[in-house]
Amino acid sequence: MDRRAVTDLHAHLVVDHGAFRLDIEVSVSAGEVVALLGPNGAGKTTALRALAGLVPLTGGFIDLGGRTLDAPDRRVWTPPERRPIGVVFQDYLLFPHLTALDNIAFGPRSHGLDKHAARARAAAWLARVGLAEFARRKPRHLSGGQAQRVALARALAVEPVMLLLDEPLAALDARTRLETRAELHKHLAEHPGATLLVTHDPLDALVLADRLVIVEHGRIVQEGDAATITAQPRTDYVAQLVGLNLYRGRGSRHLVTIEEHFTLTVADTVDGDVFVAFPPAAVALHPRRPDGSPRNAWPATITGIQRHGDNLRVQLVGPITAAADITPAAAAQLHLAPGAQVWAAVKATETRAYPAS
Amino acid sequence: MTAVRQRRPGTRRVPVVLLVPAALGLAFLVLPLAGLLVRTPWASLPERLTAPGVLTALRLSLQAATIATVFCVVLGVPLAWLLARVDFPGRRLVRALVTVPLVLPPVVGGVALLLVFGRRGLVGSWLDDRFGVTFPFTTAGVVLAEAFVAMPFLVIAVEGALRGADTRYEEAAATLGAGRWTTFRRVTLPLVAPGIAAGAVLCWARALGEFGATITFAGNFPGRTRTMPLAVYLALETDLQDAVVLSLVLLTVSVVILVSLRDRWIAAP
Repeated sequence: MDRRAVTDLHAHLVVDHGAFRLDIEVSVSAGEVVALLGPNGAGKTTALRALAGLVPLTGGFIDLGGRTLDAPDRRVWTPPERRPIGVVFQDYLLFPHLTALDNIAFGPRSHGLDKHAARARAAAWLARVGLAEFARRKPRHLSGGQAQRVALARALAVEPVMLLLDEPLAALDARTRLETRAELHKHLAEHPGATLLVTHDPLDALVLADRLVIVEHGRIVQEGDAATITAQPRTDYVAQLVGLNLYRGRGSRHLVTIEEHFTLTVADTVDGDVFVAFPPAAVALHPRRPDGSPRNAWPATITGIQRHGDNLRVQLVGPITAAADITPAAAAQLHLAPGAQVWAAVKATETRAYPAS
Repeated sequence: MTAVRQRRPGTRRVPVVLLVPAALGLAFLVLPLAGLLVRTPWASLPERLTAPGVLTALRLSLQAATIATVFCVVLGVPLAWLLARVDFPGRRLVRALVTVPLVLPPVVGGVALLLVFGRRGLVGSWLDDRFGVTFPFTTAGVVLAEAFVAMPFLVIAVEGALRGADTRYEEAAATLGAGRWTTFRRVTLPLVAPGIAAGAVLCWARALGEFGATITFAGNFPGRTRTMPLAVYLALETDLQDAVVLSLVLLTVSVVILVSLRDRWIAAP
């Protein structure tokens, strides 16, 4: 389809906000779903607001479908109401005084449709999200999941070239979230335009997006598909997100020196600035220095123990900080408690080492 | 057995130092009203109420206050929106100017109105020459005087409501393609409607009781500019009992309005 080529988003978003500076480049193709993932305060929502036109750029540009929407250097600015962009806000912001139907009809009416045509289109969208019988309900009489679907229908009813979603599932409880996520995935797949999703929940990002862009402190720290990012995290935040212990060091063949005096033996052959990652489940704990196979062993002090699924996650400090997952039985046997001294061990074959630059 | 006396949770002793002045303050506010009721000549009430002039004054008061309120809403709501939503240079100064009639003695307001809208006033003379419109000694003058004094109440109440309203709804409307006017009409206005209602009630009550600016600017002309407060003042000089009855009417109207809109007023954002 040639529509695809012209409905892509290319943007370099620079927004100065006091001491905070957002500076990221994003491109989203038509039909593609990209997730902007990052911790709170990383600048994700600012990026979304800049794209929607609710915050002006201080630098860079926004090109959507071959049209420049915002470019302060060239004195180009399009107000939000004239951007072909639909937004699903974090707490939906359904107009409290309008029914579900009229909330959805609001966009088409603002785009010049008469009342009747706008309502007809709204009714079609309401049916599409499976809420036909809730047309006359006011938002306060909708459940969280229903409100989310009405918000999605409202954003899509103006047939935007691009769809933006701000933490679309954050306001929902765990069970509703599961259903709504699947539902949302279906609708996003049907949306012909570009979709950008902002979230701090890695699961939402992994399920809904084709590509992840990870933002920390207003900068992109990593981007790629889910498989690459989960296999080779590049920051502590990403490592935590995907549940890996991550270290940066200098590699020399099978040895990676982390900090000054600590060296890990790895299976991969590496050289120079590298990352080493291993899952907490690969860390074994021993009461004394283990002898035999593990090449990597170090003394550590336990700082915390939490439940983690069926196992226990043990936080360790020592020459390196690490997390270890062990079974409750093993924990009981070892008499583990915060403050206890143990030996931690990781097999070289359980580690992954990859270049950092 | 250990008997520990426990107070019910949430009940704490009120210090006498606060209780006494509080009670005195309440008495001070309520006693004059009670006095009004005590001294009301209940027996002759019906005939005094239907005396010529009373109903005319009441009708004029209600009409003028209502028209003044409509005038204030039409001009005051956009002004409040401007103050709350548009960042323009000198906004603080404009806000201060809006509140001036609040602190200005109404008589001074009346004099000022006379200088501008009077027959020889800056605008008044032009209106007179051009259209033959004059304000002094007309009901329009009463409306103008009342609106001048009452508008700040409305503007302040509505601006407060606008500031309290969640502007993200307006952002949502913008992303749906609504321009500022559409957003104002279809989103902002419905959201702050309770605030506007509260402001309009305050405005109306203030207009109803207006005395100083009205008598200075519009004069005291029976049937045209003699509103209830003016009638009370006049009656005071001839027949105290009449003044009491007229005051009672004003008091009743105010209380009825206040009670019927109390919930709205308190719930206003």
